[in-house]
Formats: sequence, structure tokens, C-alpha cells
Amino acid sequence: MNRTRPMLPYMVWMTIFIVVPLFLIVYYAFTSTEFNGVALTLDNFRRVFQPVYMKVLWRSVKLAVVSTAVCLFVGYPAALIMAGNAFSRKNTVIMLFVIPMWMNFLLRTYAWLTLLERSGFVNQFLARIGLPSLNILYTDSAVVLGMVYNFLPFMILPIYSVLSKIDRGVLEAAADLGANKVVTFLRVILPLSLPGVISGITMVFMPALTTFVISRLLGGGQYTLIGNLIEQQFLVVGDWGFGSAISMVMIILILISMAVMSFFEDGEEGRALW
Amino acid sequence: MTDQQLVHLVGVSKIYDGTPALKEIDLYIRRNEFLTLLGPSGCGKTTTLRLIGGFEQPTTGKILFDGRDISSIPPYKRRVNTVFQRYALFSHMNVFENIAFGLRIKKMDEKTIRAKVGKMLDLVNLTGFETRSVDSLSGGQQQRVAIARALVNEPEVLLLDEPLAALDLKLRREMQHELKNMQKQLGITFVFVTHDQEEALSMSDTIAVMKDGEIQQIGTPEDIYNEPRNAFVAGFIGESNIVDGVMHEDKVVEFAGQVFDCVDGGFGKMEPVDVVIRPEDVKLVQPEEAKLQGVVKSVTFIGVHYEMIVQAAGIDWLVHSTLMEPVGAKVGMLVAPMDIHIMKKVSFG
Repeated sequence: MNRTRPMLPYMVWMTIFIVVPLFLIVYYAFTSTEFNGVALTLDNFRRVFQPVYMKVLWRSVKLAVVSTAVCLFVGYPAALIMAGNAFSRKNTVIMLFVIPMWMNFLLRTYAWLTLLERSGFVNQFLARIGLPSLNILYTDSAVVLGMVYNFLPFMILPIYSVLSKIDRGVLEAAADLGANKVVTFLRVILPLSLPGVISGITMVFMPALTTFVISRLLGGGQYTLIGNLIEQQFLVVGDWGFGSAISMVMIILILISMAVMSFFEDGEEGRALW
Repeated sequence: MTDQQLVHLVGVSKIYDGTPALKEIDLYIRRNEFLTLLGPSGCGKTTTLRLIGGFEQPTTGKILFDGRDISSIPPYKRRVNTVFQRYALFSHMNVFENIAFGLRIKKMDEKTIRAKVGKMLDLVNLTGFETRSVDSLSGGQQQRVAIARALVNEPEVLLLDEPLAALDLKLRREMQHELKNMQKQLGITFVFVTHDQEEALSMSDTIAVMKDGEIQQIGTPEDIYNEPRNAFVAGFIGESNIVDGVMHEDKVVEFAGQVFDCVDGGFGKMEPVDVVIRPEDVKLVQPEEAKLQGVVKSVTFIGVHYEMIVQAAGIDWLVHSTLMEPVGAKVGMLVAPMDIHIMKKVSFG
């Protein structure tokens, strides 16, 4: 009794903003509005699995995987350097990664739009030093760039948080037992940081899979990812049933990937960030 | 004699951010000896150990290992292994893999690794724990894994940094015995760091007492206990009464307002000295039988004997006796001349 009462506001909040919308999505996904009322149907799901939409889904998964991989390969060394730094300098480096996050996500993405334009800053710079111009705006590369730029902190911070918690004594123990720096990294630091890596991958992969703003701005009007598809169904086409069906497929996809992730994650460290 | 000196620290000092942690110490460690670095925290004992292990580089001086200067050799190339204070086990590996870590790096074949790890598990009484995760072990068991993980590499010197500090008293006693046995059995040189004087006395072949980055005295446990070189050593090793005195001439000392015979000499005439008397060397007698008379202020029974505070000549004397005198009783205190230890005054910053 005593413990349930303080929880009540949260329960109400969660019911209104999480449970009810989820039920609505399920409701719309499995029904269609006929002339004589509402009918149960699987038509919406049949449409999702049409080749044209599967292609969109596949492209979304592919770009999300590529962005996550790039974030990992850029973010891990960055986290490693940050964790290895002396305390005073550490905060400065962390701030450098965090400060851009204080700015609006849309603004940051718009900035890339102007930077990457045909006569934008990047191409002016390339022309100045005599290099051919770069025309990646409205391509996969630009979308991946936008995702990596926006989601990189979500990869770095969990990895950094796990790395900085590794006891220095453990690293000294490894050196004491004959491990040089490379061996210590491969056999001790890397395995100990896996919970952070998994947490980082999840935190980048999910928004990358569902984004529609980055793909719209940097991919151009015709560029469609799964997020754009859902947005269109709800806001442009008005087919809530189909939009809900795609949303459900995506939710299931995310649940599966999270299950796979938690299978690899046996430590508790990475979860601290959730 | 020289070939016995396995490790030799020559004029080694270590300065951290301008603060000296070690002041030009000279120390040699003989092969197969159990050497203990004993001192209060901040005395430089752990720094000394870390220098030998290679985790720190000396600011000045050099460290000779078998006659070769190893000052700049990284830890992973040294033939020494360490048991860390907080064990520093690899939490992502089970007991077997923790112990096998060093052997795998040396790329030994699986059969040899199994045999060696098996032997170590037997030595530390952990057979059957191979697949347990190290986090599921008790403190004492983790300690044993840490010891096995270091010993399996057959180091020439095993460094132990307060390895028993986190254990409860009973377990600590047990581990003291086991460590001492292992050291004898394996014939490995042990360098042991502790602030616990009892531990040092019971385990060591040699004790180096340290304070403020300097070695105060080095010798066998008996030497250190019976012939402490200065009041600090006397006070740190066992309990002592340390009082101010004045040397009248060789073998005659004045303290507590009386003149006593003693056995020490070589001091200047009327030189101020520290007089050290062990509490168990004070014999309580009838007041008229002794030069020093006092009143019993407190009595505590601590098992083997009574611990009494006797006030005499304005000084509180700690006395250990198997016979109890009640509080308020007038007593005389007798000390044999050979139990009156005279020490040169040293000033401690």
C-alpha cells in the first residue's frame, strides 16, 4: 500500500502516454474502416510485406547498421582516449562532445545541409586546396553522415562510462602477468567494456533506424526510410491503419534486436544508462 | 654473499609532484628470503614495492635484479609477480582463466596450462572452483585466486601489497600460515608489505621498518623487537614505554627522577636519550623493594595477562603482568638492567 501510492502518478502517466498509444497502434493496424463499420483485417500487414516497402525497410536497416558501425569505430577510440586522459583534461574533452548536444537537433542537421551544398562551405574549401568538389548531398552518404554526427555521443558516452570505471589495478595486474599494451587491450579492456559497447550500439541503432528528419533533410524529398514512410502515412496519406502496421513491424524489429543485444550483455554496467 | 642478493635498490628515491615518497633508500633482498616492509601508511613501503614491480620509475638511483639494472624495464618483462591489495582479479573470467592468464600470454599449450593451474588450485585449496566466477567468491577465496594467479608464473620474486588487509582476523591468521608455508615450499623470494607489526613479526625472515620514506631499521624480527634502533621502531614494533632520560656515564642512566644501571654505552656525558622499556619487562613488587613506586590506575584483563597502567613519577607506565594488582594499590616497579634500552634521540618531522 505504502509503496504503490507514490507510484500512482507515474502509473497514470505511463498509461496515458505509453500504454494507450500502443493499444491504438495495435487497434489501427488490425482493423480497417469499411462502409458499414470497423472490421478486423490483416490487409495492412500484407501491404507492409510488399517488395516496394520491404526495400524501404531493408534500406533503413542497412543505413542504421552502417551508421552504428561508423559510430562504433569512431566512438570507441574516442572513449578510450577520454578515459585514459588525465582528470583535468578529461572534462574538457567530454564537454567538446556534449556541447553540440545542447543545440537543437534540427539546427545541427540543417547546418550540414548548408555545409554540404554544391557551393557550400565544404566544397569552397575543397576548391581552395585544389580538390574536386564533393556532391554527397541527397545521397546515402549524406544521411549516414548526418546520423553519425547526431548519434555519435550516444555511442561514446556509455563506452566511456564503462571504460572509466575499469579499475587501474586490473590493468596493472595484466601488465604484471606479462601482457603488453596490445594484449592488455584485447584480453582485458575490450571484454570488460563490452556492456558499454552493447549499450552504445543499442542507443545509436534504434534512433538511426527510426529517424525521418535526417533522411528528409539530407536525403532530399524523394528519399524514403521506414521513418519517413510512417510519417507520410499518418500526416500526408492519412492511412492510419497502414502506418500503424509499419510501426508495429518496426517495434517488433527493435524488440528482436534488443533481445539479441541483451543476450550478449551479461554485465550490469551498460544498463546503468537506461 | 653477493650472488645471494637477488634484488638491490641502490640510492633509490621517488618524488611525486615535488613530495618525496622515498629518500635515497638502499635495500637488498636475498634469494628465498621473506622480507617485510613495515611501516605506517605513507611511509613509502608500497612505493618501494611498486618500484620493484615496475609500476613506477625511480626518480634517482637504480634497481638491480640479479646484478642487472631493471629500472626502465616495463612490468610485463620483469620476472616478478604481484598480489595486489584489492586483488584486481579479472571479473570477466572464471577462476581457471584468471590463473591461466599469464600462461596463455606465454602461449603455453593447453595440457601444460591445465596441469599448472591444477597444481596451483591444489596449493591454494581451491580445487573444484575452476568454473566459478570470481565475483561469486568470498574475500579469502579471491585472495587465494590472486596468489595462485601470480605464483603460477613461477616468479623469482613475489610482491605482496598488504594482501591480508581486507580479511577478518581469523582468516588473516590462517592465510599468514599458508603464505609462510607456500614460501618455504616453493622457495620463492617474498616481498611483503604491511602495517601490521604482528603479521610482520610472525612471518618474516627480515623486516625493514620504514617511516617518512626512509628505512629506520632492517633486521630479523628478533633483532627489531629486542634491539630497536630508535624510539620510533620501539614504539611501532610491540608496545613500549618510551620516556626521556639522561645518560650519566656508560651503563648509568637517569630517568623518572632516579638513577638506574643499564647495559648500554657510547653516549656523551649527560646526553639526553630515549629510554624504552617493554611492558612485559616491568616486574611489580612491594613498594619498598623498588626505586620506582607508583599507583595502579587501571586494570584490563586481555586474556594472556593483565594490562595495567601504573602512575609513577608523573608518568603513566604500561605494565603487562599475569598477577593482578587492584586499582589504587601502591606498587614498586623493577626493571632488569638489560631490559632498559637506551636510544639516541632523533627528531621526527
